[in-house]
Amino acid sequence: MSEHEYTPKSKVGKWFNDRLPLLTLANHLTDYPTPKNLNYWWTFGGILTFCLITQIVTGLVLAMHYIAHADMAFQSVEHIMRDVNYGWLIRYIHANGASMFFLAVYIHIFRSLFYGSYKSPREVIWIIGIIIYLLMMAAAFLGYVLPWGQMSFWGATVITNLFSAIPFVGEGIVTWLWGGYSVDNPTLTRFFTLHYLIPFLILGLVVLHIWALHVPGNNNPIGIDIKKPSKDTVPFHPYIVIKDGFALLMFMIVFAFFVFYTPNILGHADNYIEANPLVTPAHIVPEWYLLPFYAILRSVPDKLLGVIAMLSAILILAALPWLDTSKIRSAVFRPLYKQFYWILVADVLILGYVGAMPAEGLYLLIARIATAYYFLHFLVILPVLGFKERTTPVPLSITEPILGGSPNLAAVKKKDSFKDQ
Amino acid sequence: MEKKTKRRDFLFTATYAVGAVGAGAVIWPMIDQMNPDASVKALASTEVDVSAVNPGKTITVLWRGKPVFIRRRTQEEIAEAKSVKLEDLKHPEKDEDRAKNPEWLVMLGVCTHLGCVPLDQKGDYNGWFCPCHGSHYDTSGRIRKGPAPTNMEIPEYKFVDVNTIKIG
Repeated sequence: MSEHEYTPKSKVGKWFNDRLPLLTLANHLTDYPTPKNLNYWWTFGGILTFCLITQIVTGLVLAMHYIAHADMAFQSVEHIMRDVNYGWLIRYIHANGASMFFLAVYIHIFRSLFYGSYKSPREVIWIIGIIIYLLMMAAAFLGYVLPWGQMSFWGATVITNLFSAIPFVGEGIVTWLWGGYSVDNPTLTRFFTLHYLIPFLILGLVVLHIWALHVPGNNNPIGIDIKKPSKDTVPFHPYIVIKDGFALLMFMIVFAFFVFYTPNILGHADNYIEANPLVTPAHIVPEWYLLPFYAILRSVPDKLLGVIAMLSAILILAALPWLDTSKIRSAVFRPLYKQFYWILVADVLILGYVGAMPAEGLYLLIARIATAYYFLHFLVILPVLGFKERTTPVPLSITEPILGGSPNLAAVKKKDSFKDQ
Repeated sequence: MEKKTKRRDFLFTATYAVGAVGAGAVIWPMIDQMNPDASVKALASTEVDVSAVNPGKTITVLWRGKPVFIRRRTQEEIAEAKSVKLEDLKHPEKDEDRAKNPEWLVMLGVCTHLGCVPLDQKGDYNGWFCPCHGSHYDTSGRIRKGPAPTNMEIPEYKFVDVNTIKIG
């Protein structure tokens, strides 16, 4: 990847590096040329890495005290909260950490949507990201089942029943997932195993995500291709490291606020009632980060079509690099897309809100309109916009709008439309 | 030359085929271990004493980890269930076929949408209402409104004597 060959200074370092080039890798990561105009929306990659490590570390510790058995799981979680030294802290970090993880990933995804980071040549980074997001949702769902409260049990029942919508084999698949005729102990033990496995799968995919990122390099707020290294770039260390570090500290303040002041606000009170297969809670809702998709599921009056709509809402994102026909990446130069982008943000927030409300009357109507718009955005607006939209002139380099020149002189001679601005 | 190539192709194909069978033989136990085990299957039937259930009352019993509603219906409910035209039903089933003894309705208390337990004596049809996604069932447990695709399921059951129902 890097053009210059790296040689460690010390003899031992050179001996080792010739056999396993870890120091070359470290040098690549340190010197990695980064666009110098990256704003704070670009710090969420680092924040997400922190979230993943936090979840893995606290999760490992919790697994030392948790008992995956239908008769003991609920008790063992209370045991963690009351008896285990700092158990309350570790569990609250883990539980709120899931929410913080999703908060960060949603900002990260919407940053990509705004600046067109999913477009060529970064499609593979984007698709790996979508797979990570799917695995995150699976891990979060499985983890929510483990305390074996009422929401755990009924959440597990509803989500596994989604598979029963599949014609012919659906019921068989659900029985297979449960290991019985309802959600019960066999379900809990396998969910625990999978919940333990998925974070490591995510970790592996994060490595691929970053690897794929380091091939073309970072996108940037003006979304142009830049020469690397050049006047438009700075080395990752110390410039980006410090910026990421500062953003991470700010993020940790928010995180700590939830953990120490309102540790249960993002959860549901019913999950402090032990699972009871005879009584469904009057109002069951998933965790906040799944609400928009839940709203889409409920807005369709047919079981199979509802499930298909919900899954499509997620999978449609994987096709986004091809649905968006515009060659211009950043919304900064796309006056119409910028407006549709914010409508989409509002649409998803509305879906999240109605997902938390009962599925009736006006809420149902709003959910249906918002669902229709969601698909309209990706399937109609984005493809058409690429052809119809009049974009504003894109600078030739990051320095150009400020200094008037460009390191790429040939490009300046060819086109100096920015001066008309 | 051509003959030799064919021999080799055959060997390759045969090797792949045997390899695929071997892989399948290894994978199947890994998949099947997740299906209900012998101890789960053993809990197949349960007997319920219904002598204390008066008309207009429902009891809920656990069978195979799922709730079963046993409702002793009132005459009005039976009349209401019988008066519904089959054309009005999403999943047409006669009340007589669902409740052999019209006074007793025995059915799985599981919403056929996504598996919640519907609430008794709620909803627009005086039967059951699922709080999860708003499915309405009538006094025969038939789906009338909402996302559920089918009526609530009738398990296999029989009256062992006047006061005892055996489910399963």
